[in-house]
Amino acid sequence: MPIDKFVKLESTCVPLPIENVDTDQIIPARFLKATTREGFGDNLFADWRYDKSGNPKKDFVLNDTTYSGKVLVAGQNFGSGSSREHAAWAIVGYGFKAVVSSFFADIFKNNSLNNGLLPVQVSKEFLEELFQAIEKDPQAKVEIDLDNQKITLLPTGKSESFDINPYKKKCLLNGFDDIDYLLNINDEIEAWEKAHD
Amino acid sequence: MAGKTLFEKIWDKHVVTKVEGGPSVLYIDRHFVHEVTSPQAFAGLRDRGIQVRRPEKTVATADHNIPTLGQDQPIRDELSRFQVNKLAQNCEEFGVDLYGLNHKWNGIVHVIGPELGITRPGMTIVCGDSHTSTHGAFGSIAFGIGTSEVEMVMATQTLLQNKPRTMRINIEGDLQNGVVSKDIVLYIISQIGTGGATGYFVEFAGSAIRSLSMEARMTICNMSIEMGARGGMIAPDETTFEYVKGREFAPKGAEWEKALTEWRQLPSDEDAVFDKELNYKAADIEPMITYGTNPGMGIGISQSIPKLEDIEKSTQATFKKSMQYMDFQPGDAMIGKKVDYVFVGSCTNGRIEDLRAFASFIKGKKKADNVTAWIVPGSHQVEAQAEEEGIRQILEEAGFEMRQPGCSACLAMNDDKIPEGNYAVSTSNRNFEGRQGPGARTMLASPLTAAAAAITGKITDPRDFL
Repeated sequence: MPIDKFVKLESTCVPLPIENVDTDQIIPARFLKATTREGFGDNLFADWRYDKSGNPKKDFVLNDTTYSGKVLVAGQNFGSGSSREHAAWAIVGYGFKAVVSSFFADIFKNNSLNNGLLPVQVSKEFLEELFQAIEKDPQAKVEIDLDNQKITLLPTGKSESFDINPYKKKCLLNGFDDIDYLLNINDEIEAWEKAHD
Repeated sequence: MAGKTLFEKIWDKHVVTKVEGGPSVLYIDRHFVHEVTSPQAFAGLRDRGIQVRRPEKTVATADHNIPTLGQDQPIRDELSRFQVNKLAQNCEEFGVDLYGLNHKWNGIVHVIGPELGITRPGMTIVCGDSHTSTHGAFGSIAFGIGTSEVEMVMATQTLLQNKPRTMRINIEGDLQNGVVSKDIVLYIISQIGTGGATGYFVEFAGSAIRSLSMEARMTICNMSIEMGARGGMIAPDETTFEYVKGREFAPKGAEWEKALTEWRQLPSDEDAVFDKELNYKAADIEPMITYGTNPGMGIGISQSIPKLEDIEKSTQATFKKSMQYMDFQPGDAMIGKKVDYVFVGSCTNGRIEDLRAFASFIKGKKKADNVTAWIVPGSHQVEAQAEEEGIRQILEEAGFEMRQPGCSACLAMNDDKIPEGNYAVSTSNRNFEGRQGPGARTMLASPLTAAAAAITGKITDPRDFL
């Protein structure tokens, strides 16, 4: 089944300058009882976003109308902890298309790529510049160009290239999904099984 | 040419093919499934109109979302009941063996795999749960995956994976009295941080590791994800073989002899080269306790929380947020801090040796009045053994309650939630904000340190009692 394509994105950013944001913060475990992929966006960062009665906490960035956009910019080691793909579903469900950080946890990175959400790993310095630019002007935009693997802070023109596995890049650019790929090489898998079972 | 590591030997043997310029197609020997991360994967198969490719290599259990009291009754929480029932329907429809609620083999997925002999050296093992790294203690490649990958393995019995780099962490020498495997792993994470092994597959080695029991080894590999590692593993040896031998699904007779010959070839060659090696002395490790909101924020129990100026500048904001959440002051001593709850259980420390260690510590003593304690066995088999060995009786005489098996307060998906603002000493694996319930404050420690806290009602050095 095809995933959403990602080619190029120009957007304002939502800053979350906290390190080690774990998947329990992205989507707390008590929301994992659903049996479909939909609806997790409403509970993205639930315990930071809402008070006990479910009212939005004014000081949390998602409740601050100053900031909006399809790019979440977060402190280093984003997505550590549990393997729950619900974290990626929540971020995508909220409307983000890319997450920028200086470091991502492994499983989260895989889960994101499998849902058309692009993790953009930048240097610590570039991340700091991004945070400063957004603080200075919440309307500051970035351009993320997957084909050229480049992120540009538009107000300054400063850019940095980022890494992505060539196979995953192709999947995202074209909306291909891993399972279709693997189902197409069934003969090779069968041959391997015959030789090893 | 340099020799091969344990990891490389298993990895290379399981590569079906390699995508040009991309990941490898890795064949998966065993797929564990549970109720929380599988429903969307089964639905995906249904949408594609395909089956589980190798149901006999797949096994399911219900553990994350089940109550630890009254398991003979229908689950009260509607969403939990629906999810657990959904797993049963899916397993029925797709022909997957399910050790569901009340099955004699039910329990936490990372407890039952090893105890049933399903987990064995040399295998590739995955599950939609990050603590799948536990199974690496047997000298297997075991790691957690997301739900799209769960569907991938169900559909094709393979996984697209980039080969991680290799790291070896050596712990040499003898452990101090009162220091156990949980302390070793909390110590390592406190040294390298929660991202210290990201991108790596870690082999734990050295004389201190070799001298550990299988269950103690599982505790260490279990928490390798908390240092960011893709997985952790330990070379199989006589301790491993002795543990596996005779278990329900272990090979028997001539098959066993054949397996042994293969397994003995697995340990890393002497001239194998790792991308990174770290060395620690066992004697430097104290009983550990965490003070913050990630597993890397741990210290020896006799030490004090770091001062703000000791924290790297870029991390200070995160550190302050963490202190605020815990309501601790930088520089505070941990000894003497009050404890409201004690939780013993989880895939980290919910095995029989953990219950034995806890029970022998508290035997003849009394639980502190200010402490609520939940002792949750990791499986029905652990529960039955605890019963047989008189552990339940020892616990009850000291004022403790032993519950029914499940993941319980480790992630608080069920009713086992630590109330807001309360302090818990927990033998589980994560002290993230809200992990054990909204507003719950978690301090991770070993079963011995948990026992000392349960008896005194405050953070106490377990060595004071030894």
